[in-house]
Amino acid sequence: MSTMVEMKSVIHRYGKNTIIDQVNLSIQKGEIFGLLGPSGAGKTTLVKLMAGILQPSEGTISLNGSDLQHLSQMKNFGFMAQSDALYQELTAWENLDFFASIYHLSRKKRRERIREVLEMVDLSSSKDQPVETFSGGMKRRLSLASALVHEPEMIILDEPTVGIDPVLRQSIWNELNDLKHKGVTIIVTTHVMDEAEKCDRLALLRNGKMIAMDTPESLKEKVNVSSMEDVFLHYGGETK
Amino acid sequence: MNTFHVMKRILLQFRRDKRSVALMVVAPLLVLSLMWMVLDHDESNLELGAVNVPESMLEKLSSDALVVETMSSTKAEEKLEEGTLDAVLYFENQEISLLLEGSDPNAAGALQKELQSLRTNQKDPVDVEYYHGSEDLGLFDYVGPVLIGFFVFFFVFIVGGVSFLRERTQGTLERLLATPIKRSEIVFGYLAGFGLFTILQSVVIASFSIYILGVFMEGNFFYVLMVTILLALAALSLGTLVSAFAKNEFQMIQFIPLIIVPQVFFSGLFPTEGLGTWVQVLGQMMPLTYGAEAMRGIMLREASFADIQLEIYVLLGFTALFTTLNIFALKKHRRL
Ligand SMILES: Nc1ncnc2c1ncn2[C@@H]1O[C@H](COP(=O)(O)OP(=O)(O)OP(=O)(O)O)[C@@H](O)[C@H]1O
Ligand SMILES: [Mg+2]
Repeated sequence: MSTMVEMKSVIHRYGKNTIIDQVNLSIQKGEIFGLLGPSGAGKTTLVKLMAGILQPSEGTISLNGSDLQHLSQMKNFGFMAQSDALYQELTAWENLDFFASIYHLSRKKRRERIREVLEMVDLSSSKDQPVETFSGGMKRRLSLASALVHEPEMIILDEPTVGIDPVLRQSIWNELNDLKHKGVTIIVTTHVMDEAEKCDRLALLRNGKMIAMDTPESLKEKVNVSSMEDVFLHYGGETK
Repeated sequence: MNTFHVMKRILLQFRRDKRSVALMVVAPLLVLSLMWMVLDHDESNLELGAVNVPESMLEKLSSDALVVETMSSTKAEEKLEEGTLDAVLYFENQEISLLLEGSDPNAAGALQKELQSLRTNQKDPVDVEYYHGSEDLGLFDYVGPVLIGFFVFFFVFIVGGVSFLRERTQGTLERLLATPIKRSEIVFGYLAGFGLFTILQSVVIASFSIYILGVFMEGNFFYVLMVTILLALAALSLGTLVSAFAKNEFQMIQFIPLIIVPQVFFSGLFPTEGLGTWVQVLGQMMPLTYGAEAMRGIMLREASFADIQLEIYVLLGFTALFTTLNIFALKKHRRL
């Protein structure tokens, strides 16, 4: 397996505050990589660094073996932000069509993909509704769809399932697993413990520091507890 | 290519956001109409004295707004002095000349408009002199060209600036920068989308002012459109640029007294000739100064392209400068 994302001694500061502190990690192609940590730990900052929206103050980040130097590299991933970034006046379809068009998909391909992703997030029936009339969960799902529409090799999802009911959450995770089997690398940040369990590997982040990184099972074994919740509490308590 | 997609999206958003469209098109019409009512109240009876003017010519002048009375030249002089006549029309040596009372710019402007008919029928220009005052058109005729430019500038600045700001605050700018779109494509997309829209806006506002409100218009209509569109593009690029320094819509509104109001003072609505050089230099740093100058040139003085090309190039220069700065300012959000 080859490396998809590689971070070396990455530091990010906002003003004088160090938000990401000496993070080293590597994410393999085709794995589901989870970022777990309390609110304010720096998860969003970390994924934005991966997406090239933020530049590290120090350290290096490479995607697919090379630095983020060319815009064309941004074609390879899809990004779903923590807060829904959608055009409120436009319909679900128009939002997806706009984002898809930036990746230069052909008209036919675009239409096909938009149908697929709308189906995936269960929004097909609302496709012609303006986003401003959507509920919170519907917007969340549309954001997810917009990150997937161009069939990226890697998707970065910042708390994708907040505000989504358990049934739909389950079906979204099924889709993510399908994507994984197609070789797509998936990076998710989450607060939800049962979601964390579904990741191949997990990184625990606290105060900008990486305090543990392993498979969910090994993490549980290491601290000798039975649930992810306890792992979270264990590490959370330790660094307090 | 992506420029086109951004443009398409902006036009689509315009189609959905009828209110902003109304603000940009209807609001200027409304305010222009109000200004017109205040400044251009047509006097119902303009008193015109005619000295030695042949009957055939007087017939051409017959209009509801004119009361023409034939009299002797001494009598006319007397009445002008009293202020009971607005103007006297003379006919000497086969030439027609007009002596305007001149103290009321509205009447002077209205009369000149009325006499346009004489002028076009008879190739020789009407020789106009003033009894009082200077060569002055109606107040509205004088400020009209500036106001057309100003309203286009103002509303495009606000709507353009706020749309770009919202792109940032609602997170779509960041979302967009996580795609392979170039920073310049976003900025040019905005210019193109708004540019197309402002063509429509300019056509509506300029035609309304000229053909319905009847602002004095000598020159080429297409030059008027060209200048208003260039002004709109300068306003858009300036608005989107300063929106980078606003955190929310309210802070965007705070730029009005800082950036828009000063431009009004230098746009020629108020005379600046007598002011200190530093004030004039300040005026020369403002896009509206050039836009207003070009608009007045075209509409009042029938300026040719050569006469307004300096202003055109300066406006283009402003747009290029603001656009470049804008593309650069986006580096704050993404280095590439
Ligand atoms: N633009 C910014 N300027 C200054 N500080 C910031 C900025 N964005 C985030 N921070 C700070 O960085 C820290 C980490 O924020 P981040 O959004 O990465 O946390 P998070 O782990 O995603 O939290 P949550 O789970 O609540 O989303 C916080 O302390 C926050 O105050
Ligand atoms: Mg976050």
